Amino acid sequence: MATKKREVETSRRGFLTSALAAGGAVATAGAANAAGDPLITEVQEWASGLGDGVDATPYGMPIRFETDVVRRNVDWLTADTISSINFTPIHALDGTITPQGCAFERHHSGAIEMRKQDYRLMINGLVDTPLVFTYEDLERFPRVTRTFFLECAANTGMEWAGAQLNGSQFTHGMIHNMEYTGVTLRTLLDEAGIKPEGKWLYVEGADASSNGRSIPMEKALDDCMIAFKANGEALRKEHGYPVRLVVPGWEGNLWVKWLRRMEVTDQPVESREETSKYTDTLDDGTSRKWTWVMDAKSVITSPSPQMPIKHGKGPLVVTGLAWSGRGAIERVDVSLDGGKNWQAARLAAPGQDMAMTRFYLDVDWDGSEMFLQSRAVDKTGYVQPTKTQLRDVRGLNSIYHNNCIQTWWVKANGEAENVEVS
Amino acid sequence: MSKYPNLLIGAALAAGLGATPALAEKLGLGRPALPDEIAAWNLDVSPDGTGLPAGSGSVEDGETLFSDYCAVCHGEFAEGVDNWPKLSGGEDTLDHEDPLKTVGSYWPYLSTAWDYIHRSMPFGNAQSLEVDEVYAVVAYILYSNDMVEDDFVLSNENFLDVEMTNTNGFIVDDRAETEYAQFSQEVCMADCKDTVEITMRAAVLDVTPEETRARQIQEMVEATNPRARPAATPETPATPAAPVALEPAAPAAVVEETVALDPELVAKGEKLFKKCKACHQVGDGATNRTGPHLNDVMGRAAGGIEGFRYSKPMIAAGEDGLLWDEASLAEFLTKPRAMIKGTKMSFAGFKKEKDINAMIEYLKSFAQ
Repeated sequence: MATKKREVETSRRGFLTSALAAGGAVATAGAANAAGDPLITEVQEWASGLGDGVDATPYGMPIRFETDVVRRNVDWLTADTISSINFTPIHALDGTITPQGCAFERHHSGAIEMRKQDYRLMINGLVDTPLVFTYEDLERFPRVTRTFFLECAANTGMEWAGAQLNGSQFTHGMIHNMEYTGVTLRTLLDEAGIKPEGKWLYVEGADASSNGRSIPMEKALDDCMIAFKANGEALRKEHGYPVRLVVPGWEGNLWVKWLRRMEVTDQPVESREETSKYTDTLDDGTSRKWTWVMDAKSVITSPSPQMPIKHGKGPLVVTGLAWSGRGAIERVDVSLDGGKNWQAARLAAPGQDMAMTRFYLDVDWDGSEMFLQSRAVDKTGYVQPTKTQLRDVRGLNSIYHNNCIQTWWVKANGEAENVEVS
Repeated sequence: MSKYPNLLIGAALAAGLGATPALAEKLGLGRPALPDEIAAWNLDVSPDGTGLPAGSGSVEDGETLFSDYCAVCHGEFAEGVDNWPKLSGGEDTLDHEDPLKTVGSYWPYLSTAWDYIHRSMPFGNAQSLEVDEVYAVVAYILYSNDMVEDDFVLSNENFLDVEMTNTNGFIVDDRAETEYAQFSQEVCMADCKDTVEITMRAAVLDVTPEETRARQIQEMVEATNPRARPAATPETPATPAAPVALEPAAPAAVVEETVALDPELVAKGEKLFKKCKACHQVGDGATNRTGPHLNDVMGRAAGGIEGFRYSKPMIAAGEDGLLWDEASLAEFLTKPRAMIKGTKMSFAGFKKEKDINAMIEYLKSFAQ
């Protein structure tokens, strides 16, 4: 444990060193000497020679200078990867769409490899006609395209007991936001014909964990869909290729990957994932179940522990993400002084239901320490609570659904640390 | 509907966007599911017993099954090995700090345990237990929680009579009543508090329970495949034709080294090593993990890596002169627990002689 911790500290220090070195280069370029910036005054190789031909990379990866923008699995948390989770590098991304290649993964029995030809989806239970669909069948149904966030219920779960992980990737990276293309559950279920007594939909995956969950029929018919494309292309294996479930605004565990069966029932199955897990134990030992909705939440992605300020005082872009499972984000406030004073951030675009919203606050930084916080407000008027407020209601034994306000302590040298403040 | 205030909003929005296809009639896509197909997949079991197949299993049988298939992770008494999930204990801890949530202390329905074990356990070999075996394993877990006597037999007949401790310990999500009003107040924008003091820093890196569990599962994955073990009746011994005496065999190992390795066998062994690498490392930088590193294993005395916590029987075997060579490794890899009774290695063994040969060839490629 001690060794691993040291590794992390080293790598973080390494990151900061390289970041500062990069910062130094920028400063030099900005303050050009009398002879001028050689990047400008001298003919560069790229301005004279030739670049790659068109087929150099039939499917392109990010340029090699961006290789640190990857999912990370906090290796001392998880020594291997079969039943594990990793984290989206939200600190380094901007905009709202999460590229599939760096969108976090959560597997219970590993990411299985299934061909489209081997895919089958069954609808059974309280329906007029139990049906089996092939992948090709699904492609023939009327299609929809919609953007939603997917947040693991355990996102920020490590922070219940106190500030622990340094970096928005690790505190808030169990989330992604994609544009899904597929078919609504209403369309599919209507094809089978739901009997009047069918009040619940039990969904399960094709992998060994099966990860079955029960969803109220109102929700299933309201906005749930199956997806076979994300961000315009096929789902990645790790996100359930060829078909996954999309349950807008509700905890990620419900978004069953490799979806193979939907059973219309008159009662919830009370599976392992909805009783022994994904339930929230309160102070008195009672536990909440069916806490499906992800409440409004936000986090400043930069500056943050992985994104120190490298340029000194002056103009600074403070940016972050906000989302709510109960509708669109209405506004986001940012505090520079740990919640004493707040100002409204600028939303990059009006909030969309159950999708991520990007916010910016343009600051003239005076170089003094800051306690950065963000506070989301959604369409229902719900205001993202402080950790103290959450603990007052739920106690300290919760794991899931921590949507508290996050604090980054930005020091005068531009480094940032995850802290809790009074 | 009052439980889902967001649904109305969502539905209204979808209608407004006009993005939802309006379908009046069926499209005739797909085909009817056949009864056998439904039976194959429709396995879930509900609290009222819906979906529970007929069958039975005793605590006694369950103990044997649990020892064979489950104890490697969950412990002989379901107490959990290291930080693997504990399935027993934890009674009266739910309102304490760090409650211990087990089948006995937390799980509200017995159907959940039956269903999960039936469909998703053992880890790495799901859906391999017979119905009666599932009953027996569940009976044993109940016994390990002091919920039934040692002569108890669980069946579909008495399934619903078993009382679970925490059945009434759950409430339906009440955030709408307990949180939403107080978290929907007018926001303060200026002079909201007097002081801001740091009360905690991210100086200590820790893990969530969820992550801890995941790590242990990963370390043992594929090492827990009881169905992969050879049939109870002994098969042809997989030991190579020329057994080497279990005596100081370093010379033999040295001789082996000079012999060119069969690249095909090595490659096959490398593939097979997937079954091992959850616990064992080999090659540059290999270190001890759940199992000892396997560089230079040929010629090494059993239990021979200083500092690694071997089982007592393994250390004893080494002290009695057991060295790892082709013959001894072949015997061990055929059925580890038959050769070294009490070894911590949970791998059940390779069935095929050629797999064992490939694995040995692969390990030889890491000789110094």
